[in-house]
Amino acid sequence: MFKQDFPIFQTHPDLVYLDTGASAQKPAVVLETMDSFYRTFYSNVHRGNCEIANQATEAYECARHQVAQFIHADPSDIIFTKSTTESVNLVASSFAETLQPQDEVIVSAPDHHAVFVPFQQACLKRRAVFKVAPVLESGALDLEAFDQLLTNRTKVVAMAHLTNVLGTVQPIKEIIKKAHQKGAMVLVDGAQSVAHLPTDVTELDCDFLAFSGHKLYGPTGIGVLYGKKEALSRLSPYQFGGDMIREVFIDHTTFADIPARFEAGTPPIAEALGLASALTYLQKIGMSVIHQEEMRLTDFLIKRLSEIDGVEFLGDPLLKTGIVSFNIKNIHAGDIAFILAKQHICARVGHHCAMPIHQCYHKEVSLRVSLGVYNDEEDIEKFIFALKKAISFF
Amino acid sequence: MTPEELIENFSYLSDWEDKYRYLIELGEEMPSLSEDEKIPENKVDGCMSQVWFTHQMIQNKHHFEADSDAHIVRGLEAVLLLLINDKTTEEIRSLDLRKLFSEMGLEEHLSPTRRNGFFAMLDRIDQLIDFKK
Repeated sequence: MFKQDFPIFQTHPDLVYLDTGASAQKPAVVLETMDSFYRTFYSNVHRGNCEIANQATEAYECARHQVAQFIHADPSDIIFTKSTTESVNLVASSFAETLQPQDEVIVSAPDHHAVFVPFQQACLKRRAVFKVAPVLESGALDLEAFDQLLTNRTKVVAMAHLTNVLGTVQPIKEIIKKAHQKGAMVLVDGAQSVAHLPTDVTELDCDFLAFSGHKLYGPTGIGVLYGKKEALSRLSPYQFGGDMIREVFIDHTTFADIPARFEAGTPPIAEALGLASALTYLQKIGMSVIHQEEMRLTDFLIKRLSEIDGVEFLGDPLLKTGIVSFNIKNIHAGDIAFILAKQHICARVGHHCAMPIHQCYHKEVSLRVSLGVYNDEEDIEKFIFALKKAISFF
Repeated sequence: MTPEELIENFSYLSDWEDKYRYLIELGEEMPSLSEDEKIPENKVDGCMSQVWFTHQMIQNKHHFEADSDAHIVRGLEAVLLLLINDKTTEEIRSLDLRKLFSEMGLEEHLSPTRRNGFFAMLDRIDQLIDFKK
């Protein structure tokens, strides 16, 4: 729909990019913002006292405001990290110091390794109980099973709002409510959801939300951790260094206020500005409009895929939001993906950093198609044509 | 089929579609490993597709058999085995694999960025023989 805003499609006019779930392409405004920063007012933030240093600091803090506004949060509750992975690790590492044996952590079966593994390792380290909430065949979280797993010993529930393999929007609000009733905190992995759905942390009432810039049409190397004030205040500093300290003495150190406490060292400044620019771009279109358009395109994709013999969806095809994973009966997904790539179709093949959910569906790998704002019906038609051709090879 | 015939066959096929249809056909014609041979010791780890191969020395010559659950990888295995099977270490070392794969239009599969398992298998064979990839 908005292909003309993305320079990559001018470089590769034949490219059909269906891998936004792995990383989104960048609109020209993001590149221009970053370029302009480096060319005209590049400086470190929170340190210098010359004009460009003030400008850089102001722009960096403006980016924080912009992110806060995008998810309906307070700017002082926004921590810039380098990725969703780092955001989750920041939280999990803190729990890895405080969990007691018999404390419990719940993740869900379709969770990305970046959520699954940090909490699994925290539990192993503290001899806490690591529980995995199953999904139904449809891909939706099994709420009854979740209720059984949730106890008064549950300290954290961490899971994806929109799962990266199944493309299912989980009933995250209900999960958060249930978890809070038992006194557990909730970390929402928003890596996929923020790019496809309007996000309102106040309405969700989550304790933490983690997401990345690069899946949100911004640059790589920038991530966000949102946390409620009370939740953030319970975390220990994750890394030590410049900008996160208040005073350093020979025998101890006092730390800066949040968010600086969790932003040790020179932050990804250009990347924060680039992310803010991407958010401005998305807000101009409107996340609700993006969501509606992607749902329409997802339905079209499902309809066209369903017409092909041998397509086996992971999860209920009617419960997909912008992300669809499937296999072709008796043909390895890697073979299909290779022939697709020969036809300039970028789709993802593999376990998509989510091996446990593939095990649940008794699959090693799958093919994943994920949509972005630049995709249109023509892309889907080209993909379907290429897919039929790929199948004809085997 | 000799390696020369194989390369000649590929050279007749000008577009990628014909080349890959032929490659897949070569894979289909290659004998499969038995289930007893598809054991962890024969498996190449960390690949998107499952890849197995066996190796033995018969009268000072290397003999490989290979298998995969992916058709294109099987095709590539068939091509590779045709080039290196039943040769001595010296004979294999004297091959310029990159040149041969280029002549067949398959050189992209000699890149470590391909994660389909074929390169990982080449790596393992390289550890045995130390040949020119």
